[in-house]
Formats: sequence, C-alpha cells, structure tokens
Amino acid sequence: MTTLHPGYNFAYLDEQTKRMIRRAILKAVAIPGYQVPFASREMPMPYGWGTGGVQVTAAILGEGDVLKVIDQGSDDTTNAVSIRKFFEKTAGVETTTETARATVIQTRHRIPETALQEGQTIVYQVPIPEPLRFLEPRETETRTMHGLEEYGLMHVKLYEDIATHGHIATTYAYPVKVNGRYLMDPSPTPKFDNPKMDMSPALQLFGAGREKRIYAIPPYTKVVSLDFEDHPFEVNKFDKPCALCAAEGVYLDEVILDDAGGRMFVCSDTDYCETRRAEGHRGEMLGEAPAFVSREPAE
Amino acid sequence: MSALTDDLPLLTVDRLGKNYGSRIGCRDVSFELYAGEVLAVVGESGSGKSTLLSLLSTQLQPTAGAIRYRMRDGSVRDVFELSQAERRFLMRTDWGFVHQDAAQGLRMAVSAGANVGERLMAVGDRHYGNIRHAALDWLGRVEIEADRIDDAPRSFSGGMRQRLQIARNLVTNPRLVFMDEPTGGLDVSVQARLLDLLRGLVADLGLSVIIVTHDLAVARLLSHRIMVMRQGRVIETGLTDQVLDDPREPYTQLLVSSVLQV
Ligand SMILES: [Zn+2]
Repeated sequence: MTTLHPGYNFAYLDEQTKRMIRRAILKAVAIPGYQVPFASREMPMPYGWGTGGVQVTAAILGEGDVLKVIDQGSDDTTNAVSIRKFFEKTAGVETTTETARATVIQTRHRIPETALQEGQTIVYQVPIPEPLRFLEPRETETRTMHGLEEYGLMHVKLYEDIATHGHIATTYAYPVKVNGRYLMDPSPTPKFDNPKMDMSPALQLFGAGREKRIYAIPPYTKVVSLDFEDHPFEVNKFDKPCALCAAEGVYLDEVILDDAGGRMFVCSDTDYCETRRAEGHRGEMLGEAPAFVSREPAE
Repeated sequence: MSALTDDLPLLTVDRLGKNYGSRIGCRDVSFELYAGEVLAVVGESGSGKSTLLSLLSTQLQPTAGAIRYRMRDGSVRDVFELSQAERRFLMRTDWGFVHQDAAQGLRMAVSAGANVGERLMAVGDRHYGNIRHAALDWLGRVEIEADRIDDAPRSFSGGMRQRLQIARNLVTNPRLVFMDEPTGGLDVSVQARLLDLLRGLVADLGLSVIIVTHDLAVARLLSHRIMVMRQGRVIETGLTDQVLDDPREPYTQLLVSSVLQV
C-alpha cells in the first residue's frame, strides 16, 4: 500500500470505519433508494463541504482508481479542488477532470454531460437526504411513510408549487421514485440531471454526513421523477446553445459579464465545455468572453 | 332524523376497556353504531370520554374488549387486528377525525387547497386539476371563499380553520367521523354557525359520527343517541332527547340541570 502521508491510513479513514461504511453501501445497493443509517465520522473539513460524500469515496476508493471531483459542474471550485487534493494526499490516487477517464466521480450538484459508463461510480454529497422533511419534520413518521410506501405528502409539495407558481417550480432536489419503491431526494442536483439517473449504467451512491445516511441507485435501475398527469415532469430548457462551445441540450449557467446587464450562458460542466472547444466547436461569444469565463486568454 | 339504511352495524364496540396501570381509563363500554347515526359521548373531564375516543380511533391500544368495523367491501374486521398499513389507510379514507385544536388536524404551513387535497393525493390521485376542483368544491361546502384556496390556515380565523379541517376530512367521503369537542374554544356565534354547518353535512352525507363533548347543547343539536360517562363507565344511554328531557340517573339529572338551565 502506498502511504503518501505517514500517519494517515489509505484514504484517511481507518479500515474498520471503511468496512462499516461499505456494509452500509452494500445494504443501500441491495435496497435501491432506501436511506441506510451509518456512523458518520468527523472529517477534517466542515459538514457543508460534503463529508458524507467524502466518506463514501474514501470507503470505495482503491489504489487503481482515477478520481474526478466536481462542484456545480466545475472541477476548479475551492470545494472540488480541496477534496481532490485531500484524496491525492491521503490516497495517492490519480485524479482527472476528464469524465470518461474517471472511475470514481464525486459531485455536489451536477451529473457530467458525458454519459456515464458501466464500471464508473458517481458519489453525491447530500445535505438533507429526507425528501419528506419539508412537510413532515417527525422522523418516526417519515420512516413509517417510507416503510408503508405512503408518499402522498410529496405530491402535496408539488401541488403547492403549482398553486403558487403555475407550474412545478422545484428545480433542485426534485423528488424521484427509485425502482418503483422508495421515494428519494437526489441531493441538490438540478432536475435537469434527473433523467440521467434513470437506467444509468454507472453505480450511484449518495452520502449525507451530518444526517448520517447513505443511499444508492444500482446500475440500470428505474428512476422516475414525480409529477401530475396534467403537469408532467419537464427538464429545464435553455433557449440558446452554450455561448462558448455551442453545445445544445446541456445544462447552462448564467454568467454576469458587467454592470450594464451583459450576460452569457455557458456549460456548467466546464470539462465538457473545454473538451468541445478543443475539438473545434465554437459558440457565438467564444473569443469575446472574459478570461474568468472561458479560462482562456481573450483573443 | 333517521338515515339508518343498513341493517348491520357499521361499528360494534364490545366490552372495551383501558387501564393505565391500576387506574381505570374506561371500562366495559359496549355499543353499536349504524350508518348515518350520530352518537354523542358526554361527561365531565376525567369521565373517560377522551380515553374512549382515543380507543375508538385506534390511537390507543385497549387492555380489554374489541372494536369491529364493517369495511367498505362489507367484511367485518377487528380494527386492532388490521395491519398498520390497513389501519392508516382506513383512517385517511373511510374515517375522519376532527380535533378540537384545528392546528392538530391541519398542516398549518400549506395552503387550504393542499390541506383538502392531501387525502386525495394519499390515495393516488395524480391529476392536479381534479384535486384542485375537489378542493374548491369542498371549500364551498364548508363556506370558505374560493379565493382563500391558496392561503395557509395560519391566516384563518378559528371558525374557518375548523371548517377547513372538516373539509379536509370529508373529501374522501368517509363513512365514520370522530369529533373531539369540535366547537370547543370558539365564540358562541361562531359555534352556532359551525353546528349548523355540521348538522347539514352529517344529514346530507349520511355520516356516522361519534362526537365527544362536555357541552350538552352540542349533543342535543347534533346527535341521535347519547352516552353519559362517569368515572370510566357508561352510566346512561338512550335517544338524545329522551335522556336530556327525562334523565333516569341522578348524575345525568345533575349534568342536565347544571348545563341546560343556564
Ligand atoms: Zn460549453
């Protein structure tokens, strides 16, 4: 075993803790969408930084793995960089920004635009795992609801959305039903990515550190977004392609360019966008965009 | 005022009892309730009427006796032998429960429409337009203005909250509704309006109701039959008018004279 930092076990957690987390993961895989309690450990970072996801990643990581870490689709935010560095230091694993090369992808919000493949694992950092919490704060009651598959309450929330906004306004953490059985909160992932969870060839693991829960979607599992017959589930639509790489059908972030109302829409998946540009795809504002957006010197 | 269309009782209570250790909550309560019948359970606080209501609505487990209910499919089931899933389903479809404190029976943070629609969604209604339509219909039937449908009950008066709670319960057309002092804590004029509304709904829908109250005027206005409880036991039972006009038990005479001759 490579021990890069003497004093740390491989991937920081001790073997006993990792075994405990793996047992929780196995149970979660066996019961898709079911929240398995686990003895969450203190990690050397604040809870808001995704300690649940970090613990899951630490428990599954092997020496041969290639790790990618994203936050809001970007490999370069402070959160993504520090988690990547954490595993470089404590596990010595190779890291990458390239989706196709990664064997383990830890994410806070997005699922990469490049379709995941068999053999890949995506680990989600989850703040609040209980989708029913919004309307039913009593945990004994939500547990009974899961046990008896009483999920009408989730539709009460969607009803409220439509009554207030005229449509289902929930755009993040949009509730899904997994494998026709368990109601699940897909973490702060935008609903745009919900369809990617459905029948994904990759293993999907969810870790909530503060709430001490792990849940999972095994490969090729049915994941259905809840809706009403007369208000069917729809993903966010964007009017224009990415201003930098001209990609369509991808999730775009709005970037404010100046005080005069200048703005542009660019891929939230930065690696995807950069790869497309390297392949020669050109969006309408490529070359004009400031360097902080394109991360290329302006021409 | 009879709507006793069915010849089999809806609910059969057989020697029901509840002890809290050595203290008696209620003891040896037996009665039958038929479809469309309104039974008032009256007594002072500590008489056992609240314990009885908790038992009947399966919120408490009895220490003796049984409760049999004739389900919608005609089968007669011991309610304490239903699975948890069956019991919870029964409670949000064929039964209703109107709490004295509306906040206990409502979701105060969600709109009136969602409060009424929740039971429909719980039984699998997935058409927003239909749910909304049913909510509007029920708000109308309990005299809540249609334009309050998207307001949360937090902004409602006490009487409105109580009417909303009634609508929320009745939307699935339950056959049996439990009521715990439904007019308690309301102003007299608000009480009168609520009682009129309840009386109309109960008659129109042919509801069976078990209403617990300390207020004999409420019992007289709403119920066909009355059960007087004291120290955990039923001491007198009969047609409401008969019992209130001509009570046999000295205790009932005392209750009637002290309350009705104000
Ligand atoms: Zn792009």
